[in-house]
Amino acid sequence: MSRPAAPDRDPGLQPERTHLAWRRTTLSATVAAVLAVRAALHTGASPAAVAAAAVCGVLWTALLVLAHRRIRALAAAGSPAALPPAYAIAAALGTAAMAVCGAVLVL
Amino acid sequence: MIEFARTVRLWFAPARIRREGSTPDYRFSLANERTFLAWLRTALALVGGGFAVDQFLPDLRWGWRVGLALALLAAGALCALRAVNHWVRCERAMRRGEDLPVSRFPALLGVVIAVVALAMVAVVLLGWEG
Repeated sequence: MSRPAAPDRDPGLQPERTHLAWRRTTLSATVAAVLAVRAALHTGASPAAVAAAAVCGVLWTALLVLAHRRIRALAAAGSPAALPPAYAIAAALGTAAMAVCGAVLVL
Repeated sequence: MIEFARTVRLWFAPARIRREGSTPDYRFSLANERTFLAWLRTALALVGGGFAVDQFLPDLRWGWRVGLALALLAAGALCALRAVNHWVRCERAMRRGEDLPVSRFPALLGVVIAVVALAMVAVVLLGWEG
């Protein structure tokens, strides 16, 4: 029951670098989500603004879950699998949806 | 445009990417993933910039403030969609053993950001009182 250890390790730390790239991305999303909530509070909390900020919060949570799952997959033993296209599409569409919520908040 | 439509269809039928060519070295795939994430961060920064213009320049005339904010938000949305499109195209090219796709998007985005920055300088200097 011994796992293949040392030769599996990538000397270029590619999975770790990818892990950190996901973390940086969630951090950027956090900044955007916080600004969205701030915008909703400052514009007098109209129903449309609150809804847009709530959607931003949901999108942010979804991105955190996505990043968490991807990081878990990267940390698994053996050479990591490529990013599933569904993850990439979800992350990109989520960001675009955040921009749409932003337009609602600004107008 | 037809090529773009074909790539968009590929987004939603991802199994088709896997059917093409052979799986490249995982390090190349991860590098492609990091590039995608870097573009996604650029998109998120643009979205955040849109929020920031709206909130931190309250003395600006309404039209300018909303115009600049919407321009940044639109650039962010475009950047995110382009990021996934480019990721799919790179992934496919690597599987087929082709050259990576070239793109004029970075240059375009650079020009757009420069224009927005100049507009912001002009607006902050001249249009402060509104």
